[in-house]
Amino acid sequence: MLIEGVSLRLGAGEVLAVAGPNGAGKSTLLRALAGELRPMAGVATICSIPAPDWPPRLLARRRAVVSQAVELAFPLAAAEVVALGRLPWHGAGGAARDAAAVAAAMERAGVAHLARRAYATLSGGERQRVQIARALAQIDGAEAPAALLLDEPTASLDAAHRAALLTTLRALAAAGVAVLVVLHDLNEAAFVADRVALLSAGRLAASGPPGVVLRPAALAALYGIPFRGRPGDGLLPDFAAAAASPTHRRR
Amino acid sequence: MDGSGLRPLAGAAPPATRIGGGRLAALGLGGLVLALLAGALLGPAGVSAAGLLATLAEALGLAPLPEQHARDAAVLGVVRAPRVLLAAMLGAGLAVAGAAMQGLFRNPLADPGLIGVSAGAALAAVAATVLGPGLFGAAAGLLGLWLLPVAAFAGGLGATLLIARLATRQGVTGVATLLLAGIAVNALCGALTGLLVFAADDRQVRDITFWTLGSLGGARWPQLPVAALLVLLPALALLALARPLNALVLGEREAFHLGIRVEAAKRWAVLLSAVAVSAGVALAGLVGFVGLVVPHLVRLALGADHRIVLPGSAILGAALMVLADLAARSLAVPAELPVGVVTALVGAPFFLGLLHRRGAAP
Repeated sequence: MLIEGVSLRLGAGEVLAVAGPNGAGKSTLLRALAGELRPMAGVATICSIPAPDWPPRLLARRRAVVSQAVELAFPLAAAEVVALGRLPWHGAGGAARDAAAVAAAMERAGVAHLARRAYATLSGGERQRVQIARALAQIDGAEAPAALLLDEPTASLDAAHRAALLTTLRALAAAGVAVLVVLHDLNEAAFVADRVALLSAGRLAASGPPGVVLRPAALAALYGIPFRGRPGDGLLPDFAAAAASPTHRRR
Repeated sequence: MDGSGLRPLAGAAPPATRIGGGRLAALGLGGLVLALLAGALLGPAGVSAAGLLATLAEALGLAPLPEQHARDAAVLGVVRAPRVLLAAMLGAGLAVAGAAMQGLFRNPLADPGLIGVSAGAALAAVAATVLGPGLFGAAAGLLGLWLLPVAAFAGGLGATLLIARLATRQGVTGVATLLLAGIAVNALCGALTGLLVFAADDRQVRDITFWTLGSLGGARWPQLPVAALLVLLPALALLALARPLNALVLGEREAFHLGIRVEAAKRWAVLLSAVAVSAGVALAGLVGFVGLVVPHLVRLALGADHRIVLPGSAILGAALMVLADLAARSLAVPAELPVGVVTALVGAPFFLGLLHRRGAAP
């Protein structure tokens, strides 16, 4: 997916939610910000780091990424997966510092009790939380504001774990982390985000505070089906209306 | 290796107990020393422990060799010691290269053969055997007995570099493409080898057959520095890739997110493995299953952390190769079994057992 003309700022202590239809370029934007892709024009900057130009190891100490559904090639225990988050710090702080970061991250992500379990035996939600713990361990000790990028982290979580994750993201932002999270559920975006960016066909359709951006009329235009309710208070696609009026079907 | 149909051993849990790294290393090295001793002392021409000590003492200039140990010293000095040491280096190199390829391909069933080493080396070795005197002419005279190993080394390395080049676009090596290019180059090398065998005479066919089964029977001192430089050294260098390979357990993108220079790590893993295995094939022929099975054993016993799997594979591979060679020269006295037959006889059923264990997984 190509993205073009997207200009976004993600500052320390902020949660930015990125939403939009499938194929709008959300993952591409995240990969550009993560430093995986080099923009053909312009710059991808997080916390004033031009990601593709930084040495990978230094970049990894400032930004962590939680991808969707990570599967392991070889069996590792949950604590071993979280400890991989300390790889960029090898030789920097010593084993005790790494162990402390791993323990704190697992505590924070609510997976301390899973430490010795084999990752492959965990449920999808547990794996997701282990990956979040891995990312938290990775940016523990960053000298300057760190960035955490998450690609649909709530996709495999139940309601209680979604609430816990979103609360954790808010707490991280309050602690000075810049959080970018791709979300499909607009109520989650409305709850967690300081600002919401809506992407459509590789372009920025709207960006701003959730109360401004997440209006049913604008969403209907974006997704091609009607929405009802208010941001943060039962904002939902109106499936019944969509089914009743085929002209609203997706383009 | 997404979409290859081969899936990791998902259900296997890491071992629940951990002993200290230092104690583990001492245990492994102790076992290796025992295997080396067994390899040196046992076999058709037995050597006494006293004979070994006397020979060592003489070699170190500590004491003159007593008359009664002259035969032991001759057996050890001329044949046994270089053979056991070559076996150990070969086992270490093949096992570490196997572990590195499994980590790189993110698949426990990968093997250096996937990147063309064995097929390329075999093609070049067969070419040297069949066409040697005619084609290489002066070079053959110059290289003498080294013609075949030099050809095999060049062939293995050349095939790997060709495959790596085919799989690299704009500086990015696609692991799935690497596998596919490997299959194609392997098939091409196999067909060309077949053509050469078709043109070979009976004696050459017999030479080729025995070479492909692998043997350490030709081990002499001059080969040891070559093995140390081209088999052991690359294997030790691969140990430095433990952290990148650990990150690759999560995936290539995730490894980059963790600050790993993924393309550099892939290139080094392929190059060092290819050098180690090509040199191993050049010195001892095709010895299969060590690179596949040994890393598995280490993972089953000690977990999947490459900081343990790589050195553990080096030690266990060395010990098992020494013992396999001991079996090869002891089981059919006065003849010798090819060591590749021994490793395959033991390794293949073990491997089938592993497949059976994970049979329930899709």
